[in-house]
Amino acid sequence: MNPAIECRDLTVRLNDRLVLDKITFSVPSGVFLAIVGPNGSGKSTLIKTLLGLWKPASGSVRVFGKSPLDLPADAFGYVPQLKTLDRSFPGSGVELVATGLRSRWPWRVTRHQQAAAQQALEMVGAEQLATQPVSTLSGGELQRIYLARAVARDPRLILLDEPATGMDFLGEEYVYRVLDERHHAGKTTTVMVTHDLAVAFHHATHVLLMNRSVVGFGLPGETLTEENLRRAYGHGGHKYTLPLGFDDVAIGS
Amino acid sequence: MAGLLIAVIGSYFGAFVVQRGLGFLGDGLAHAAFGGVALALLLNTEPLWIAVPFTIVVAVAITWVRERTDLGSDTAVGIFFSLSVALGVVFMSLKRGYSADAFSFLFGSILSVTTTDLYVTGIVLLLALLFQRMWGRWAYATFDRELALADRLPVLFDDYILAIFIAVTVVIGVKLVGIVLVTSFLVIPAATARLFSRSFSAMTVLAATISIVCVVVGLDVSYRLDIPSGATIVFAQSAAFFASVALTGRRRKSGLLTPPVE
Repeated sequence: MNPAIECRDLTVRLNDRLVLDKITFSVPSGVFLAIVGPNGSGKSTLIKTLLGLWKPASGSVRVFGKSPLDLPADAFGYVPQLKTLDRSFPGSGVELVATGLRSRWPWRVTRHQQAAAQQALEMVGAEQLATQPVSTLSGGELQRIYLARAVARDPRLILLDEPATGMDFLGEEYVYRVLDERHHAGKTTTVMVTHDLAVAFHHATHVLLMNRSVVGFGLPGETLTEENLRRAYGHGGHKYTLPLGFDDVAIGS
Repeated sequence: MAGLLIAVIGSYFGAFVVQRGLGFLGDGLAHAAFGGVALALLLNTEPLWIAVPFTIVVAVAITWVRERTDLGSDTAVGIFFSLSVALGVVFMSLKRGYSADAFSFLFGSILSVTTTDLYVTGIVLLLALLFQRMWGRWAYATFDRELALADRLPVLFDDYILAIFIAVTVVIGVKLVGIVLVTSFLVIPAATARLFSRSFSAMTVLAATISIVCVVVGLDVSYRLDIPSGATIVFAQSAAFFASVALTGRRRKSGLLTPPVE
């Protein structure tokens, strides 16, 4: 069987800057992969390369055995960081979710789209946001709607770039409940960038610890070791404490 | 008739112009049209046949610079704005004698609209309808470019098509209200509609409606008071805009007093 994701010596340059350096790893279908690493370590770039938004300078990336651009758009459910959207755009939560169903901004939301969007919004606990103008939503509320948009199309691969940023604990709970449900139902392969090591430890089946190149890859308990974290984050001199299931890891101490 | 067609086309593309913050692009293209018109006058041909391709080239060049560099859209527009006007000045100086035609292009006149202009306007409207499928793509990329790219939309190609449509809209609008005022057709009705709209499609339809009403009112006032039609249309649009700001501004203030929704 084809692995869901297979990167071999994947190297990506952005404006001549080396962002990903010979990344090699592969995961089978149905896993929940957490990508962890310091700021500027290439996590978002890796996600975008898996999506086909960036081309490798060398090496290869295969998703379900194909080049990402050879897969249909609705194979991917993408939850980006909220950086590129126009917050003043006149649109509602339902319309935004509907873009996940048709890859177009809807002139008018059909009854079928309305029902599917509503269902997706309920899954993330955001049904009350359906008719809200996008401009009035908080960052956390938008994140939920983006997640609803991604799952509405029932994708084979769901890619999330720090989906819990700006969310309250209830919102986070919804996010991970939705992701865990889809994961346990074997519906999707999940790839999530996160800064929350505890989340990576408890929800993911695999962890990729990176800093431009791979620092560690494998089961969470084996990858998120003190030594690996120190190698990835360097001697920052600060103390990072993992709340559950971990001994304290002191970085740079 | 030409005024109504331009009202519809201008608002349709104006919604994108306003939402993408391209108001200055409209202005820049209008001045590019000046370069084209000046060249046509020099060559003694129908201005439209030169101004349309000339402005399209400038629109494509602006988009090209925007995509290729990190420079802001206003900077790219500013460069081509100056270049086109400089070219226009040179063309005009090469043409001996004063041309009344040039004046009519600066400030526009509904009476100068020919049947050719009307046909071209009709064709543009028809093309816009044929490209109706593009609306959802343009709107999607306007809302979140990265999402549209991730969904495999040819966002870059779409940008060029949109720029070309805006260029042609500007050129045909120039005949009616003139180079200095043509941006009003793109910006004011769409901006007014934006104040009331909760969806982008509603904004587009409302902008067209507002624009049509303003053209009718503007032409009527122009006829009654015997003042230039371009100016009266812009007066009507501005009046609609300021009335709307006053109206919606009050609504927002009262919104602050309502208790938060549980």
